[in-house]
This record gives sequence, structure tokens and C-alpha cells, in this order.
Amino acid sequence: MGLDIAFWIMAVVVIAAALAVVFLRNVFRAALALILCFIAVAGLYITLSADFLAAVQILVYVGAISVLVILAVMMTRDVWKGNPANRLRIPALVVAAALVGILIYAVTASPWRISNQPPLTPTTVPLASRLFSQQGFILPVEIAATLLLAAIIGAIVIAREKDK
Amino acid sequence: MTIGLEHYLVLSAVLFGIGLYGALTRRNAVVILMCIELMLNAVNISLVAFSSYVVPLLLTGQVFAIFVMVVAAAEVAVGLAIVLAIFRGLGDIDTNNINLMKW
Repeated sequence: MGLDIAFWIMAVVVIAAALAVVFLRNVFRAALALILCFIAVAGLYITLSADFLAAVQILVYVGAISVLVILAVMMTRDVWKGNPANRLRIPALVVAAALVGILIYAVTASPWRISNQPPLTPTTVPLASRLFSQQGFILPVEIAATLLLAAIIGAIVIAREKDK
Repeated sequence: MTIGLEHYLVLSAVLFGIGLYGALTRRNAVVILMCIELMLNAVNISLVAFSSYVVPLLLTGQVFAIFVMVVAAAEVAVGLAIVLAIFRGLGDIDTNNINLMKW
């Protein structure tokens, strides 16, 4: 019962914050709404008993990505013209609504095989053994590390002042 | 009515739709990146929901969600660097005015 209430609260906050991100005129306020949305998604992870992912969500999204986004908003502030929409408003609405309709139909019509076992808690140790064991995901972990290194170097090279 | 897998999947679909609409219609490049983050979060919600409802003992969905977060972090770092570089070069991040490569 408590989980149900938590889910509905988090769902309402997620949807409201996402709508605020898209429709707020002020870009900085949209970034703040994005942070609220990230926090509510972390709450959703907790209702799904994914405690480690909730912590990672707070650390990576609320801690790091939102700081980057706010930094970019601040750096580009002198061209603030609000958050205008382009000419594609009606076609984009049609496409997004059609996609959501198809997804909801597919989700509700599919016979999901729900397991009757309770989910693992806490998940940190099982996740670590999944990620780092020989039969697990150790190669993707290494590739992800390489990707992050490449992204860091790429971001520095792209954003650096070109001095001649 | 108790909360089931479908609730999470429908929420994820709605969040993805909002993000898609925003990414298609907004003109500020930073807001477009924010909407892409919304879409990645929607996918993560559905992955974690599948993980805890369908295969609660395998955790594969959560592992995949972690990799999605890694790619999202890399994407937002490079994307914002590109936005800053464009802003430095053109003095604008309005996607209607960034048409140098338009033929």
C-alpha cells in the first residue's frame, strides 16, 4: 500500500517535471525541473527495490549531469530568448502521441511473464558480482571505461579555446 | 489496484513521449539535450521495472541501466561541449540559426 502511494506520487512528479522541462519559458527553471525529474526517477527506482541504481541516479544525474546542464545554460545565457518552439509543433505532437499510444497498447496487450519471486534486496553485492565476475559483464565494463575516457578527452578538446 | 509492471511501463512510455516531443520542437540546443536525458531516463525506468518484475534474481535489467547511464554521461559531456563550441563560433545556440551544413 505504501509502495502504491509512493509510486503515484513519484509518477505525478516525474510527469509534471518533464512537462515543465519542455514547456517552461525560462531555460534555467527548465534545468531545475529536470533535476526534480531525476530525483523522482530515483524514488521510482527505490519503489522497484533497486537501491544501488537509485544512489547512482542521484550521484550521476542529480550530482553531475545537472551541474553540466546548468553550466551550459549559464555559459550561453547572453542569447537567452526563452525556450521557443519551432514550426514542427503539430507534427511532433502527432508523432509523439502516436508513439505513446502504440507503446501503451503494446505494453497493456502483451502477456508479461511476471515472476512471483520477490526482487533481491540489497542489490549492491549481486550487481557487483554480475558486473565483475568472469561469466558476467566484465568486458562491457572495460569498454564503458574506455568510452568514458574518450568522452572526457573529446569534451575537453571540443570545448577548449582555440589559441593560435 | 496494486501497482504492477504495466504501470511502470506506461509511465516510461509517457515520459519518453514528452521527451521526444521536446527534442523535436524546442529550438534551444541545451533544452534539446535535456529532453534527450528525459528519454534516456524513461528507458531506464522500463529496464529497471522489467528487471525487478520479470527476472528479479538475475538483475540484468539493472546492469543494462548502468550502461545506459554511462553512455548518457558520455553523451551529455560531449553534447554540451559541442553546444559550447557552437556558441563560441556562432554566438547562438538556436537550432533554427545553426544551418551551416544545410544544403
